[in-house]
Amino acid sequence: MFENYTDSQVYLAIVLAPLIGSIIAGVFNAYISRAVAHTVTIAGVGLSFILALYVFKYFAFDGAEIYNETVYTWLASDGIRFEIGFLVDNLTSMMLVVVSFVSLMVHLYTIGYMTDDPGYKRFFSYISLFTFSMYMLVMSNNFLQLFFGWEAVGLVSYLLIGFYYKKESAIFANMKAFLVNRVGDFGFILGIAGVLMVFNTLDYADVFAAASSHADMTIELIPGEQWSMMTVICILLFIGAMGKSAQVPLHVWLPDSMEGPTPISALIHAATMVTAGIFMVTRMSPLFELSETALTFILVIGATTALFMGFLGIIQNDIKRVVAYSTLSQLGYMTVALGASAYSAAVFHLMTHAFFKALLFLAAGSVIIGMHHIQDIRQMGGLKKYMPITYWTSLLGTLALIGFPGLSGFYSKDSIIEAVHASTIPGSTYAYYAVLAGVFITALYSLRLFFLVFHGEERMDHHTKEHLKESPWVVTVPLVLLAIPSVIIGGLTISSVLYGDYFHNVVFVQHAHDVLGHLKEEFHGPFAMILHGMTQAPFFLMAAGIATAWYLYMKNTELPGKIKSSFRLIYDILDNKYGFDAFNDKVIAGGTRGLGNILSKFGDIMIIDGFVVNGSAKSVAWFSSVIRHVQTGYLYHYAFVMILGLIGLLALVVY
Amino acid sequence: MLTLTHYLILSAIVFSISLAGVFINRKNIIILLMCVELMLLAVNTNFIAFSYYLNDTAGQVFVFFILTVAAAEAAIGLAILVVLFRNKRTINVEDLDTLKG
Amino acid sequence: METILFYFFSAFMVLSALMVITVHNPVRAAFFLVLTFFASAAVWLLLEAEFLAVILIIVYVGAVMVLFLFVVMMLDINITELKAGFVKNLPIAIAVALAMFGTIYYVVGGDQFGVEHFATPDRHAADYSNIAALGKLLYTEYVFAFEIAAVILLVGIVAAISLTLRRRPNTRHQKIEDQIAVKSEDRLRVVEMAPHARKGERK
Repeated sequence: MFENYTDSQVYLAIVLAPLIGSIIAGVFNAYISRAVAHTVTIAGVGLSFILALYVFKYFAFDGAEIYNETVYTWLASDGIRFEIGFLVDNLTSMMLVVVSFVSLMVHLYTIGYMTDDPGYKRFFSYISLFTFSMYMLVMSNNFLQLFFGWEAVGLVSYLLIGFYYKKESAIFANMKAFLVNRVGDFGFILGIAGVLMVFNTLDYADVFAAASSHADMTIELIPGEQWSMMTVICILLFIGAMGKSAQVPLHVWLPDSMEGPTPISALIHAATMVTAGIFMVTRMSPLFELSETALTFILVIGATTALFMGFLGIIQNDIKRVVAYSTLSQLGYMTVALGASAYSAAVFHLMTHAFFKALLFLAAGSVIIGMHHIQDIRQMGGLKKYMPITYWTSLLGTLALIGFPGLSGFYSKDSIIEAVHASTIPGSTYAYYAVLAGVFITALYSLRLFFLVFHGEERMDHHTKEHLKESPWVVTVPLVLLAIPSVIIGGLTISSVLYGDYFHNVVFVQHAHDVLGHLKEEFHGPFAMILHGMTQAPFFLMAAGIATAWYLYMKNTELPGKIKSSFRLIYDILDNKYGFDAFNDKVIAGGTRGLGNILSKFGDIMIIDGFVVNGSAKSVAWFSSVIRHVQTGYLYHYAFVMILGLIGLLALVVY
Repeated sequence: MLTLTHYLILSAIVFSISLAGVFINRKNIIILLMCVELMLLAVNTNFIAFSYYLNDTAGQVFVFFILTVAAAEAAIGLAILVVLFRNKRTINVEDLDTLKG
Repeated sequence: METILFYFFSAFMVLSALMVITVHNPVRAAFFLVLTFFASAAVWLLLEAEFLAVILIIVYVGAVMVLFLFVVMMLDINITELKAGFVKNLPIAIAVALAMFGTIYYVVGGDQFGVEHFATPDRHAADYSNIAALGKLLYTEYVFAFEIAAVILLVGIVAAISLTLRRRPNTRHQKIEDQIAVKSEDRLRVVEMAPHARKGERK
């Protein structure tokens, strides 16, 4: 890549630069100034961004060979090697660019957003650490390192959701995220264990090479039931993805994670970490392709998430929560694409979504700065004239999100819908109608948010209004920089990423599932796609969504209240988020507590404490109270016993 | 004609007598110590008898060592006895039951 | 002749051993113990262990038993109290002694150690020196054990002294080092003073 450096040195530099920045900002927290903290972390991430661009160029334009090398062997046990290594190919290089770009933007933005925060340096340390972890995740060439990255991003996510650790709701939210992710990670590590059991190696390349020869293997989890080993492994791995990428029913942590600072919502909970599951499934495509059952499972879960989480976005009043539910819904879209074997489309949507969702979150953050940390959209309105840059960038982000023709979201989302339409695996019909309805819902809640924040009457109080002004340049520059790819990246790259051969040696699709190949025959360039898209159902649904939002929240503003009161039941269901939280709290948490109480009372207090611990102590005490009378303290008793013993032993030897 | 058995039985008798002495005089710690000395004497007699009949002087060396250790034991035992008496004003074994459980 | 001597001294030994454990007075017990040692020294002489027989008399009779007597007389002991329970314990003592003797007799009785197994060795010549033979063995093969024995004796001395030594803070005694270090100035002080007249004396 460079003349004087080997490839592995470059990759190590990418990974280690943010780590070093994080260590400096974190460990030397007390000894450095704020300026040093943000300078070193931004320098680290900036360096890795530049290198990532080089790597991207190296793979995308120079057509480099896949790099797959081990950097360090941690341990070798019983023929299984646990290693740290890098697998860099087209998928990795794209993820590197996306992660480093969004991370860099968020670093810059944080300077403005966190100005007054006492945890300023800690925050920079955390986000740089996150960047490092995410690199480790996407660059790993084996399952163990993947798991390390997976847990490391989860850890940083936990730390950052609870960043305002004095706020009780933040502590509950990060605990919730942690616990829900444990459920997913449990499945994930079982999946990895399954891989180890079947293939006896954790190396991607070895596993994928051997995958098809193990396709017919079965396992007997319940006696008498033979299940396909691949299905079990894939579903377990996908359960990990469900936790990390917040798919129903493990989605409950993501809306609450909005307790963290807004830059984090943009970086971790919208653009990068939550897409780790999508990335992982794409990386594992040789395995997932072997199990149609697992694909159907993914498809149904994804479609359910895409549609039903969208509904919830309509009734939320917290600006960040609306965007969070939109993230859930979009993650559902990506998952649907995975289920339909359109891995490229999923990653394509992952990329475009990373840009415009980060943009939307950062814009929301900008609004929150302007509103002095008020997040309720019912107290906003008419911000357009006060915050023009935020307004225009948000508009672009919103249009990209709803899939307005020509913007990047349009290409990725329409491709997913078409791919699902073309898919033939079980569940694809349900998924198709779900994602189609999702288009209308997406447009409705996005524009509702947009209109309530930036248009209409000014509902904020007098004091806030006086201080309302555009955010400083460190905030608006990242918005503008993110707005550019949000608009153009889709049209620029669709031809090669989706229908070209960009992923030809990364993603493996069985011929029967190859929906993108099917779509490729009808693809005649991005402009033709726009023209074609104008005549299709998604476009009309989107337009209907915009119109509905406009009518309800601009024209006839009393109507939403009336609808709310006349459909009280539906509103309540939505307001309770389908009762997932209540279910978790009552049945799972309550059941666990009940079980714990029972076990504590009978198992711990009665059997272990009462019988085993105190019981053995008591029996020893009783026995010794009896036996201690033997110890009379009289010399002649001891002598007597000694002599008896002597005679006994002598007799034993003699007779 | 004297055989080894004669000597061995002699020492067995002396040993048994001293053993009985331990039980009879179970209150007087001085007599107990004397009984121990008697036992050692019986054992020494055994050693010497074997040494003579096996024609091996090593047996006598052992007696020599046993005498040495027994002398040291007697000295220390009596010293302990003196200290004991000084502190407790008695050498009655029945009063010495501090080890009672 | 030897047989007669053996039976004589053996009877002597057994009887005096019996007296040791049955007499009431510890002083008399100690004297009977001395008698036992004498008899056994004679038995040892029959076995050609001249050196050890002599040592037994010198060390045991001369030192250890004197020590016993010394202690017995030093301590103020109530003998009657100590002798209580003598009769009560007699049966158990006899039982134990008989069991012990029976077991030993079973082992050493004529079958294994009789004349057919161990023939009486020939007497040594008149110029045979038991001390020389023992000394050779002791200073060559058993030299380390010998030195350990010496150390044990040393430890015995130290232990006995340290156990019984006691300091009496109230006793008065001389501080000899102070007496030696004293100087004439400490004893005599010359005081110069102005002369003054006595009452009624003329100047």
